[in-house]
Amino acid sequence: MRTRYLPQPILTLVIAGVWMALANDISLGNAVLGLILGVLIPLVTQAYWPDRPRFKNPWRIVDFTLVVLWDIVLSNIQVAQLILFRRGDSLRSQFVRVPLALTNAEAITILAGTITMTPGTISADLSADGTSILVHCLETDDPEGTVNAIKERYERRLMEIFA
Amino acid sequence: MMAWIAELLIAGLLIVGAFFLLVGSFGLAKLPDMMRRLHAPTKATTLGIGALLIASMLYFLIVLGLPSFHELLITLFLFITAPVTAHLVSKAHLLRHPELRKDLPDVQASGGWATLGTSPQDTQRHEA
Repeated sequence: MRTRYLPQPILTLVIAGVWMALANDISLGNAVLGLILGVLIPLVTQAYWPDRPRFKNPWRIVDFTLVVLWDIVLSNIQVAQLILFRRGDSLRSQFVRVPLALTNAEAITILAGTITMTPGTISADLSADGTSILVHCLETDDPEGTVNAIKERYERRLMEIFA
Repeated sequence: MMAWIAELLIAGLLIVGAFFLLVGSFGLAKLPDMMRRLHAPTKATTLGIGALLIASMLYFLIVLGLPSFHELLITLFLFITAPVTAHLVSKAHLLRHPELRKDLPDVQASGGWATLGTSPQDTQRHEA
């Protein structure tokens, strides 16, 4: 019953919230309209995502978001310094491989996005079997350390969030 | 007095935002190769846009007294689209430039890197 009419309950709430933010108006009418859309859209698109993301400890998302936002600020300053004060070809850039312990597709997507948004790294590709990410570092002497930092700081937290 | 502090804060955020956007665009022009160039617009602009959007929210909230949520949505959409765009650009770059393949670390998995594949037809097609 619940899964039949509300296949993606979290998506329903997100759509309703985004709808109210788009309308820039928090009122009962908009909430009802948003909820109607939030029920209809998952029903119509259900065929494209048969699974629901499975969470272990969703409240750790708050912790993860704060860590990532802080790192984004730091990474912006670092990259700005590198751009302004270093000759482009003196940057020691290289590709590194980050082996993944995560298996959840949503978690890997979030990790890849996080890597791109944070200090001096861009996720460039995935391995075909989804067991490692190819990461490009703008400036690094210590590829091992970069890989460990990514695993310790982001992957460990994502493993606590997703089942 | 209150309005003066608010205006000072908003002006400061606008300047910080504009600075980081400028650095991002400058990096795009300055850095020597495609993969390094990709770092400038994905990072330096995030904080730039973020500061401009916070300035906009504060302006509407404090000066005009209208709470505004559009900025939060712009941030959300930016955080979703920027990494995906960068990922696709770098995948396309890896596919078009076979000379980069010797720089890639060993994948240590069957099937190779998803963009490249390991079958002979795959590599021949792009090296031809």
